[in-house]
Amino acid sequence: MSVPTRRRGVALVVGASAAVLLLAACGGSSTSDESTSAAPASSSADSGGETSAAPAAGCEAYAAYGTFEGASVTLFTSILPPEQQKFETAWAEFEECTGIDIVYEGSDQFEAQLPTRIAGGNAPDLAFIPQPGLLVKLVETGGPVAAPDSVTALVDQYWNPAWKAYGTVDGTFYAAPLGSNMKSFVWYSPKVFSEKGYTVPTTWDELFALSDQMVADGVKPWCGGIESGGATGWPATDWLEQIMLRMYGGDVYDQWVNHTLLFDSPEVTAAMDTLAGWMKNPEYVNAGFGDVKTIATTGFQQAGEPILKGECGMLQQASFYANFWAEFNPDAVVAEDGDAYAFYLPAMNDNVPTPVVGGGEFVTAFADRPEVVAAQTFLASPEFATAKVKEGTWVSANSGVPLDAYAPGSIDQLSAQYLTDPQGTFRFDASDLMPAAVGAGAMWKEMTAWFAEDKPTQQVLKDIDAAWPAE
Amino acid sequence: MIWENILEGIPKLGTAAAGIAVFFAILLVVFFVLGRIRGRLSNPVAMLAFLGPAAILLMLGLVVPTFQTVYKSLFNASGKKFIGLQNYGWILTTESNQQVLINTALWIVIAPLFSTVIGLVLALLLDRMRRESIPKSLIFMPMAISFVGASIIWGLVYAYRDPAQEQVGLLSQVVLWLGIEPPNWILLQPWNNFLLMVIMIWIQTGFAMVVLSAAIKAIPGDVVEAATLDGATGWRLFSRVTVPMIRTTLIVVVTTIMIATLKIFDIVRVMTNGNFGTQIVANEMYSQAFVQFDVGRGSALAVILFLGVIPLVSYNIIQLRRERAIR
Repeated sequence: MSVPTRRRGVALVVGASAAVLLLAACGGSSTSDESTSAAPASSSADSGGETSAAPAAGCEAYAAYGTFEGASVTLFTSILPPEQQKFETAWAEFEECTGIDIVYEGSDQFEAQLPTRIAGGNAPDLAFIPQPGLLVKLVETGGPVAAPDSVTALVDQYWNPAWKAYGTVDGTFYAAPLGSNMKSFVWYSPKVFSEKGYTVPTTWDELFALSDQMVADGVKPWCGGIESGGATGWPATDWLEQIMLRMYGGDVYDQWVNHTLLFDSPEVTAAMDTLAGWMKNPEYVNAGFGDVKTIATTGFQQAGEPILKGECGMLQQASFYANFWAEFNPDAVVAEDGDAYAFYLPAMNDNVPTPVVGGGEFVTAFADRPEVVAAQTFLASPEFATAKVKEGTWVSANSGVPLDAYAPGSIDQLSAQYLTDPQGTFRFDASDLMPAAVGAGAMWKEMTAWFAEDKPTQQVLKDIDAAWPAE
Repeated sequence: MIWENILEGIPKLGTAAAGIAVFFAILLVVFFVLGRIRGRLSNPVAMLAFLGPAAILLMLGLVVPTFQTVYKSLFNASGKKFIGLQNYGWILTTESNQQVLINTALWIVIAPLFSTVIGLVLALLLDRMRRESIPKSLIFMPMAISFVGASIIWGLVYAYRDPAQEQVGLLSQVVLWLGIEPPNWILLQPWNNFLLMVIMIWIQTGFAMVVLSAAIKAIPGDVVEAATLDGATGWRLFSRVTVPMIRTTLIVVVTTIMIATLKIFDIVRVMTNGNFGTQIVANEMYSQAFVQFDVGRGSALAVILFLGVIPLVSYNIIQLRRERAIR
C-alpha cells in the first residue's frame, strides 16, 4: 500500500469528522479554507464576480491562467492537516492572482464518500485520487472528465510516461499525477557503516555480498516487520514487487498486475524464491527481533529500531520511513552522515534500468468549467510542484522541479532524483493496482501466512490466484 | 477570529432554535387534534400517532437495512450481478472460512462461559468481604477500557523478542523467569485464539461479577436461613439454593456476553487482523465489505452473524421478562 498515513487512527477521527460533516451539511457553507479568507479574492466573492480588483504585483506568472473573480473550485481529498496548510500555502498566490478560491475538503473516509457524492450529484470539482484503481472504477461508473489539453501537454512534458499511463483509462487521459512517493529504498545507519567500513552497494550482487559480510561480522543484516493492523502484510507485498520489477522489467510487471501473468507461474515463483533467500533467510533476519517468523508479528513502524542500536544492518522500506527515526530516538539525525539514511535498492540486471516502485495521487476533475481547468492546469505545472516542494516533506515526480528546491541531502531530494529519471523504469505499487480482493486481501493474507506459518510458496501463489475476482 | 466564528455561528443557532420550535409546535397541534377526537376512532388514531414515528424509524434504521443486506448478499462483489447463494457457498465450503466459523463458535462458547464462571466465583468470594467495594472496583475496571485499548495492552503482554534479548512482553518475561523458552505467543496455533479470548474474558468478568453479585445479595435472607437450618452448607447451599435463585440472572449474563462476543471484532482486528488462524466472522465481514469492497460476501457474512444473534437475543429477552415477572 502506498499511503500508510491513511490508516493512522482512522477510528479515532471517524466520529469527529462525521460530526463536522454533519454540521457542514446543515450550515450549508464550509469554512475550512482559512488561508484564503484573508485573500482579496474571497472578500469580493460576495459581490457576485465583479472583475474590479486589478491583478496584484507579481502576478505576471499567472496571467496565462486568466482571472476568474469570485469563482471557486471545490477540492476533495484524503490528505488531512497539517498537509492541507502546505497545499494552501503553495497555491495561495495562484488564488490571489486568478481570483479562484480553492475550497479544500479533506476526509479520512475519502474513498467511501467520493463515489457516494458522485452518485448523489454532489461531486467535487477536483479530487486527489490516491490509487489508479479507484480512477478506473470511477470512470466505469461515470463522473471524471477527460483532462484538458493544457494538462495533457504538461504531463507529456514533465513526467515519465509510466505516470501518464496510470492516469489513463481505456485510452483517455484523465488525471495528472500530483505527489509521489518512492518505495525502492534501503534504510541503514551511515554511522555504523563508516565504523565497520561498509560501503553503500550499487548492484544487487554487492548488496548481498555486503549482507554476507555482515553475517560474517556477527551482525544480522536485515530487519523487517509486516504487521500493520488491518493492513498486515503490505510491506511483504512491496518486497515481492521490488523483485518482480527488478527481475523482469515493466512489461512483465504490468502483465502480473493485470493477471495475464498468474501468481502461480515460473516467473512469480522465481521472484518468491529470491525473496525467500533474502527476507526469509534465517541467517539474514530478523535482526533485533528473533527468528524469521517474527517478521509477521513485528509492526512495520518498529522494524527499523534495531538499526539505530547497531543490531540490524538494513531495512527495505519506503521514503516515508524518514519520519520514523525520531520516534525511536528524538536525537536521531536522518542524513547521509547521520544515524539513519537510505540508499537506492539496486537494480538486478542491465535490461531494467533504474527500477523504481512507488505511488502517488492523481488530480481528477469532475467538471470542466474554465476555473476548474485553470486550477487543474496549475496543479500539473512545475511552478505549483516547486512551491509545494519548498513547503517540505513532499515529493513530486514532475521533472520540471529543480532538485535544489528540496532540502539538500534530504530523502525527498534522493526520492525525486530517482522518480524524475527519464530513463528510469517506474511502476506503481502493484498491490494498489490489483483488485482489492487480491491487493488488499489475499495478497496481504497469504504473504503473512508465508512468513508466519511457513505456508508453502506454491500454495500461497495458488491461493492468491484463486482470490482473483472472476470477471 | 474566534469572535467572527461565533458571530457567524449565531444564524445557525437561530435556525436550530427555529427548527426545534417548529417541531414542538407540530407536536402540540398533533396532541391537540388527538385530544379532540372522540368515539370509535380515538383509540386507533392515538396508537398511530404514538407508535407511528417509532415504527417508521425502526423500519428505516433496522428492518429495511436487514432486507437490503439479505438482498445484497445474493449479488457479486460489485453488487451488479445476481449470483444466488454463491456467497453462502463460499462461506461454508472454503477451508479458511470454515476455520472462521469454528473460531467464532469457540469464541461464543468459551468467552461467555469463562467470564460468567469466574465472575460468579469472584462474586461469591467477595460477597460479605469487609471492603468489598475495593476489589470489586478493581475487577470491574477493565470494563471501562475499550476493546481496542485492551487489545493494545495485551498486545504488549504477548509481545515476543528473541530470548537472548531484553524482553518487551510481560508473559515472555515471566515464562523466562520460570526457565522456559517463550514461544512467539501470537503465532501459536490454535492456542492464539484462546490468548485473544483472555482479553474478552478480562473485560467481561467484571460485568458478570457485578451483576451476579447484585443477584446474590437479592436472595431473601430467610431462604438461605431455611436452607442452613435444614443442614445445607458449602457446595450444597451453592448448587441447590444460590444458583437456582439467580438462574435467570445467570442466563441473562451469559447471553449478553455471548451477543457481545458474536459482535466482537476490535480484539481480533487489533491483535492479528485475523491472520495466523484467528479470524472470526465479524472481522472477516469488515475486511470483505470495507477493505476488499466485496459487498456481496460482506453482506452474506453479516446475514450469518445476524442469524446467529437472533436466537440469543430472543432468549435473552424472554429471560429478562421472566426475571421481571418474578420480581
